[in-house]
Amino acid sequence: MLWSDLERFGLALDPWRDFERVNRALTGWNAPTSVEFPAVNVWVAENNAVVTSELPGVAPEDIDISVAGKTLTIRGSRKSEELKEGESFHRRERWHGQFTKTLEMPFSIESGKVEAKFVKGVLNIALPRAEAEKPRKISVISV
Amino acid sequence: MSEAAKEVQKKEATTTEKGEHTRAGRVYTPAVDIIERKDDIIVIADMPGADETSVDVTLEKNELTIYGKVEPEVPEKHALHLTEYGIGDYKRTFTLTEEVDRNNIQATVKNGVLRIILPKGEAVKTRKIAVRAET
Repeated sequence: MLWSDLERFGLALDPWRDFERVNRALTGWNAPTSVEFPAVNVWVAENNAVVTSELPGVAPEDIDISVAGKTLTIRGSRKSEELKEGESFHRRERWHGQFTKTLEMPFSIESGKVEAKFVKGVLNIALPRAEAEKPRKISVISV
Repeated sequence: MSEAAKEVQKKEATTTEKGEHTRAGRVYTPAVDIIERKDDIIVIADMPGADETSVDVTLEKNELTIYGKVEPEVPEKHALHLTEYGIGDYKRTFTLTEEVDRNNIQATVKNGVLRIILPKGEAVKTRKIAVRAET
């Protein structure tokens, strides 16, 4: 069958249209379902972990990070835009309020060496593994 | 999981049926607040990962488009352990009304938040058309 035949009758069908629609529906499944706010991404290496989170508009001094053993806690808040008299919201989609998030790392954290950066509204925390917990190589001595 | 938490998740921009991007990667719709003040209208958009060098604000006819390019930062020699949010560009288009003074639009970015000030121009004067009696 020639597709142009169909077009002549006004049935301009795109053969890929349905595939595309199904493809979009299927790949959408991989999208993460609801997670506790704020969403984080965690990268792990043998002796270090990196946690990132998007916190646009939060002042760095309003972010509180604490570490105990294997757990990391991020706390903070963002205020809503304040309106003066005669001002009004046309749209209000941005989040505001306080948040707390606790995460467990696969290893204990060296709390004194934790480093946090806040660049372009993205928080980046580097969490080194506790020295005491690092795997040690034990040499075998022949007797 | 509370309903409120669901709302703050990143929304992927809906592409039109056939629309494809020339750049690989996802495009998200930034959450915005729009506030009307006496002399201007402010548009505030959350675009974490974008800064003044990567945000484009363009005005074409009545359409104001914001586009924020985000370069994903991946720590070296680390394996991804948990992914709760996706990283990608931001895009959103707004239609401006007649009252906006197009020559004096200002935009600033701080901590991943874009703020656009749209000043209101001289009020569009209503024109009155005299109606004469036909003789």
